[in-house]
Amino acid sequence: MEKLSTEQLKKTASQVRRDILRMVHEVQSGHPGASLGCTEFFVALYFNQLNHNNDFKIEGKGEDLFFLSNGHISPVWYSVLARSGYFDTAELKTFRKINSRLQGHPATEEGLPGIRIASGSLGQGLSVAIGAAQAKKIDGDEGVVYALMGDGEQQEGQIWEAAMYAPHHKVDNLIATIDFNGQQIDGPTNVVMNLNDLKAKWEAFGWEVIDTLKGNDMESVLAGLEYARTLLGKGKPVLNLLHTEMGYGVDFMVGTHKWHGIAPSDEQLENALGQLEETLGDY
Amino acid sequence: MEKTLDTKFTYTEKSDTRSGFGDGLLEAGRKNPNVVGLCADLIGSLKMGAFQKEFPERFFQVGIAEANMMGLAAGMSINGKIPFTGTFANFSTGRVYDQIRQSIAYSEKNVKICASHAGLTLGEDGATHQILEDLGMMKMLPNMTVINPCDYNQTKAATMAIAEHHGPVYLRFGRPKWPIFTPSDQKFEIGKAWKMIEGTDVTIFATGHLVWEAVVAEAKLREEGISAEVINIHTIKPLDTEAILQSVAKTGCCVTAEEHQYNGGLGDSVAQTLVRNNPAPQEFVGVDDSFGESGTPTDLLEKYGLNADNIVKAAKKAIGRK
Repeated sequence: MEKLSTEQLKKTASQVRRDILRMVHEVQSGHPGASLGCTEFFVALYFNQLNHNNDFKIEGKGEDLFFLSNGHISPVWYSVLARSGYFDTAELKTFRKINSRLQGHPATEEGLPGIRIASGSLGQGLSVAIGAAQAKKIDGDEGVVYALMGDGEQQEGQIWEAAMYAPHHKVDNLIATIDFNGQQIDGPTNVVMNLNDLKAKWEAFGWEVIDTLKGNDMESVLAGLEYARTLLGKGKPVLNLLHTEMGYGVDFMVGTHKWHGIAPSDEQLENALGQLEETLGDY
Repeated sequence: MEKTLDTKFTYTEKSDTRSGFGDGLLEAGRKNPNVVGLCADLIGSLKMGAFQKEFPERFFQVGIAEANMMGLAAGMSINGKIPFTGTFANFSTGRVYDQIRQSIAYSEKNVKICASHAGLTLGEDGATHQILEDLGMMKMLPNMTVINPCDYNQTKAATMAIAEHHGPVYLRFGRPKWPIFTPSDQKFEIGKAWKMIEGTDVTIFATGHLVWEAVVAEAKLREEGISAEVINIHTIKPLDTEAILQSVAKTGCCVTAEEHQYNGGLGDSVAQTLVRNNPAPQEFVGVDDSFGESGTPTDLLEKYGLNADNIVKAAKKAIGRK
């Protein structure tokens, strides 16, 4: 697919945020906070970094693949997939409703293009991405595998099984990103279960770790992802610590765990949409 | 004592079903370059060494990290690989149930979960490793095929067959040396019950190691003038309900025999089939809501009521209830 310029990416991000809010508002259910926080990452990935084909084939041979481990941020993924042409944007209005392909958490059973495995139960996506990366190596397929995890999700044991495995097996066609927003359902991560020095932990496990300090600044996110790609093929998997703010883009949602899993009211939606330019046309 | 009986199937040697898996995996790997193996630090126990040696680039040592192994396998299957995971049955199921549920079963991934040391016949290691709930857990998962072969030859044939079947499979086998009484050239048809011995008074539906016990029980019953039909249910799911109903329509009663809890096992599946279609007396040979313990396989099968003598008693009881 054609790579968008930074300016185009920013415009797309504004529209994706509108989509997220309208989807969650319509069904009064879903997870807007981290969806808004990861919008720059998803837009930069799908509209600039990923070598992918929106004529979806699950095998993804020769393509770059993306796996979402923290499946609850499905709104941002669905919006970006639709805006990339995987399916019609009109389908976004079916999010979380009966008989929809847009399940609350991503699933393959309903055949939504762009989704290769179910996620939602946390801690599993990195293992899946590593497996997919190794399968590409067996085939001599030069596609890169991307994964996104939450930071609260770092509390799951399986993450560290996978963290130990990938460097041991030199899985160096993999870029895993952690949405480092410092929040989880019950509050700040350092109150709920302190992650302490996440960077040192991943480095100690043998990963090449980079920090993207401005995870809601399109130039920084893009630069981080571009730099990550240059580190591939050197015997180590790459970890991108993406420092984001939950709820970014809407003044009353930003920087708090309170919007992890609740929907805006009619008034709140109107207020939020007033802060986000409609750049590509609402669905 | 068994050898003096006139059993309809006989054996000249014994082997473990896990070796049937190991040899079947090697054959499957030779036939299909997409077959890959993963193991969680039990290569010797699972008999995966020959595959590892011949296909090192398609074999992955995962270490003692079964949850990660299930995720890796799901991920590898995406571009067309056919991953076979190997660890003990306990760590292949209960320990990783949610990983199997989300990443494999719900996601319809072509992963073969290969589980050794199932049931009481694991023996001396005791209850921590003797899983007796795995068939139930696995058969409850939508999309999952569940297979429990009876001897070395059938396990080898099953291993090769599941490589050619698209979809998630749970393949259960065991540790002890066990009679090899089925043919080496058998064709393994997933979901197709095998009527091994014809009879008219009672049907014995058996799975796994207890198929041999059922063969012995049939000979013992025959000595007493009772005609038992023995059906090998190697596939617990999808269940061959037609074969079950046809047989019980003729014999009028049945016994189910398995190295598993009553709850959730083959007996449950057969009972459901009968109740819905043609209720008939059924007796259960299995473990009655308890954990196992250390001991030899033979001593354990006797203590927990899972051997040929218990099948004989159950058959007579079922006939008495007709």
